Amino acid sequence: MILLYILALLLLCIALNQVFKVVELSRDLKTEKEWHPSESDNRLNGRLMMVFFIAFMWFFVWQIYRFGGDRILPASASEHGVKIDWLLNINYWLCIVVFVITSAFMFFFAWKYYGRDNNRATYYLHNNKLEMIWTIIPAIGLAFIIVFGLKYWNEIMARDNDPNPVRVELYVKQFDWTARYAGKDNKFGIDDYMQINGANPVGLDTNDLACNDDILVKNEFHLPKGKEVCFQFRSRDVIHSAFMPHFRAQMNCVPGQVTNFRFKPTVTTAEMRKDPQVMRNIDEINAIRVKRGEDPIEFDYLVLCNKICGASHYNMPMKIVVDEQKDYDAWIAKQKTFKAVAVKK
Amino acid sequence: MGNNTHSEVIEHGHTAHDHDHAHDHHDHHETFVSKYIFSMDHKVISRQFLVTAVIMAVVAMVMSILFRLQLAWPGEKFAFIETIMGKKWGKDGVLNPNAYLALVTIHGTIMVFFVLTGGLSGTFANLLIPYQIGARDMASGFLNMLSYWFFFISTCLMLGSLFVEDGAASGGWTIYPPLSALPEAMPGSKLGMTLWLVSMALFIVSALLGGLNYIITVLNLRTKGMKMTRMPLTIWSFFITAILGVLSFPVLLSAALLLLFDRSMGTSFYLSDIYIGGRPMEQAGGSPILFEHLFWFLGHPEVYIVLLPALGITSEVISTNSRKPIFGYRAMIGSMLAIGFLSFIVWGHHMYMTGMNPFLGSVFVFTTLLIAIPSAVKAFNYITTLWKGNIQFTPAMLFSIGLVSSFITGGVTGIILADSTLDITIHDTYFVVAHFHIVMGLSAIFGMFAGVYHWFPKMFLRMMNKKLGYVHFWITLIGAYGVFFPMHFLGMSGVPRRYYTNSNFPMFDNLIDINELVTGFAILAAFGQVVFLINFFYSMFRGDKAPQNPWKSNTLEWTTPMAHVHGNWPGPLPEVHRWAYDYSKPGHEDDFVPQTVPLGPDEHDGGEH
Repeated sequence: MILLYILALLLLCIALNQVFKVVELSRDLKTEKEWHPSESDNRLNGRLMMVFFIAFMWFFVWQIYRFGGDRILPASASEHGVKIDWLLNINYWLCIVVFVITSAFMFFFAWKYYGRDNNRATYYLHNNKLEMIWTIIPAIGLAFIIVFGLKYWNEIMARDNDPNPVRVELYVKQFDWTARYAGKDNKFGIDDYMQINGANPVGLDTNDLACNDDILVKNEFHLPKGKEVCFQFRSRDVIHSAFMPHFRAQMNCVPGQVTNFRFKPTVTTAEMRKDPQVMRNIDEINAIRVKRGEDPIEFDYLVLCNKICGASHYNMPMKIVVDEQKDYDAWIAKQKTFKAVAVKK
Repeated sequence: MGNNTHSEVIEHGHTAHDHDHAHDHHDHHETFVSKYIFSMDHKVISRQFLVTAVIMAVVAMVMSILFRLQLAWPGEKFAFIETIMGKKWGKDGVLNPNAYLALVTIHGTIMVFFVLTGGLSGTFANLLIPYQIGARDMASGFLNMLSYWFFFISTCLMLGSLFVEDGAASGGWTIYPPLSALPEAMPGSKLGMTLWLVSMALFIVSALLGGLNYIITVLNLRTKGMKMTRMPLTIWSFFITAILGVLSFPVLLSAALLLLFDRSMGTSFYLSDIYIGGRPMEQAGGSPILFEHLFWFLGHPEVYIVLLPALGITSEVISTNSRKPIFGYRAMIGSMLAIGFLSFIVWGHHMYMTGMNPFLGSVFVFTTLLIAIPSAVKAFNYITTLWKGNIQFTPAMLFSIGLVSSFITGGVTGIILADSTLDITIHDTYFVVAHFHIVMGLSAIFGMFAGVYHWFPKMFLRMMNKKLGYVHFWITLIGAYGVFFPMHFLGMSGVPRRYYTNSNFPMFDNLIDINELVTGFAILAAFGQVVFLINFFYSMFRGDKAPQNPWKSNTLEWTTPMAHVHGNWPGPLPEVHRWAYDYSKPGHEDDFVPQTVPLGPDEHDGGEH
């Protein structure tokens, strides 16, 4: 087998050598230099610049139409996410305008001023007025982005929006998540990684009574609609990142420290399933799945890992269900407390 | 005027040396080894860097094709993958997740460090600094030689790490601990990771030796009349790049050393409260965030270490081939200095979502968005240089225009990622992958191609074929945008990066066509590079003989004879009378005026304005 490869390679080399010889012979007959761009080369490449630009813009618009419609994340399911989306859309438009206009100028100039044999370029050194303009205009645009960006950043990262939020901890390890609710006292028991064992998977300090009413759940966790949820994140082994794209929420989970993020879910899972964009997208997905002989799916909120964490980084989803308050209350009442589970074991 | 006296002294030194050299000539034999292997000549060292980088780039490109196949057709069996990767990593022709992560990691490492840092700066700073400032060689030929050989050894170690039993490092090119610190966390964190760290340590030694040499050479060995404000922008870019490297690489070295200690000596700089492999670890009190700070203190300047030389090369190539002075020469220098300075105070924008104090995040938002201003100035100046030019479309010029295009396309999305508020939703998604590949990867590699096509005659005394160059450029440009543009949409759909496959999340099922499109373009682009490789190696031996000044350029390297002369100029060093950009200057018959032509009466030096 290897001999065959070597033989093929050898033959390829010989063939190439022959091709080169022919090329060299024909080159010697010509007076034109093989490296110097002639006027017709310049014209051709200048035109190709324009052709490329038009094709590039068409490709861009085609992608927006094909990939940028129902497939991109639906409208935010959290309160702060609406603001992020608003700012993001402004930024997208800003980017598109700058991208299209400056690219247009560049490709247009490249075509318009392609080299002619009897032409001479204009000796033009600089223009302070022009340079001031294109320093100041971006500066104004950026100031706008900075002001709004920081305003929202401070609002989103503020810690005292609601004195009595729903407290949820996402505890992560290679390669799954555990959600912990603070229970009736709405206070997390303290943790101690030295006490991790089969009955105490998230390493709670069993001496702390506040642990007893904490609730641990796997695979899926529920959130009430319209209430502030205060997340804390812990990791057992390496850095992970809790990414909840539909809520425009993300925070790294760092071993040795506790990180936080707050948001208020505003759309229940049931409501999101009826969102027209989501329905169209899910239909497209299910058409593909049916064709492949797989089960159709329903829309679900998810938390994904978004920081490389090992071999199964790509496969650690956990379902999030946003309920109306009464459904949430009914669900949480059914869950067993840490103490109840521990006693049973 | 201190500069002038200084260079005169140096020149005298060199002239004396030349006499000796001529005198010794009969009994001074350069052996093959001293001339081509352990050479101290900047021209040979530059070619050594280039050829090594080309080989590394091919390796990294093949890796990207392998993991792109997995992303477009997850689980599909490609027999040749088992042939290349072996039974352990590519059983039945399907990459396993660890092999996928190792490929992604080493692809990033090779491209960022070995191709676009070592390859780009090593090749062109070495070639052009002595040539364009009118020096006989680098300040220290010996350190320069060491710089290459440290680079070579680190290359060998990095490639060697692919063959160890548990595989190469696979925690991503950013090697965040604890993942990279704990052998239990993934097989790639065993011997492969140790080799990665040792290889990087040697690479840093190489970068520092090279960088110090570049700085000292630029400051001390400029020929008579070569004021700082007459230097070509290439030299300015290499100079600023070298300063960035010298200030930031030692920080990466310390980060890597502390990581080695954590890995092998039980220290806890980055580790705390970890339970892995069925037992709690003793280490406590460390913080992975510390590593991230140290890493990105290098990591962000590194982006500009990669980009600035490419921008410098482009400035030179665009001006020469537009037959026009570069627009706003002083603004170009000023914006490079501003970018260089700001690059040291923006590293935190990689860390908005790490749990770093949000207030600190807001400071970094401000500094990061400031960088957009000098970057915008540079882009506008390039475009204005094209305006009313007489553009000669050499392959180098095409790639330079490609660079300006990718610099714009990738640059604009930077303002989104710089904003901590928006980063919440797009951090670590494919949007980021699209952004940095276009703005940093494509721009830098386009700049490198521009440099290769433009200075090939100086390096190998022969010309590359223009038609193959055109084919290479157009395939590359189309392929590159086809690969990276659609990735924005993956990111906007919430797809995280570094996923072995997206098929475990049904919500991403319909995005598979984007991945197929991307992989298709990646394969196309890879074939385009074959055209380049053929042109490169063929022209090296069989290309047309190069004339002395093929592009009718002003800079000093084109005043040297078309032979590799020890000391660059056979006679005395040239004297510089003007800046490097007097193209199409009124009052001169030719549309270029080399720097060695004295100013006429009443003639002003263009750079003085």
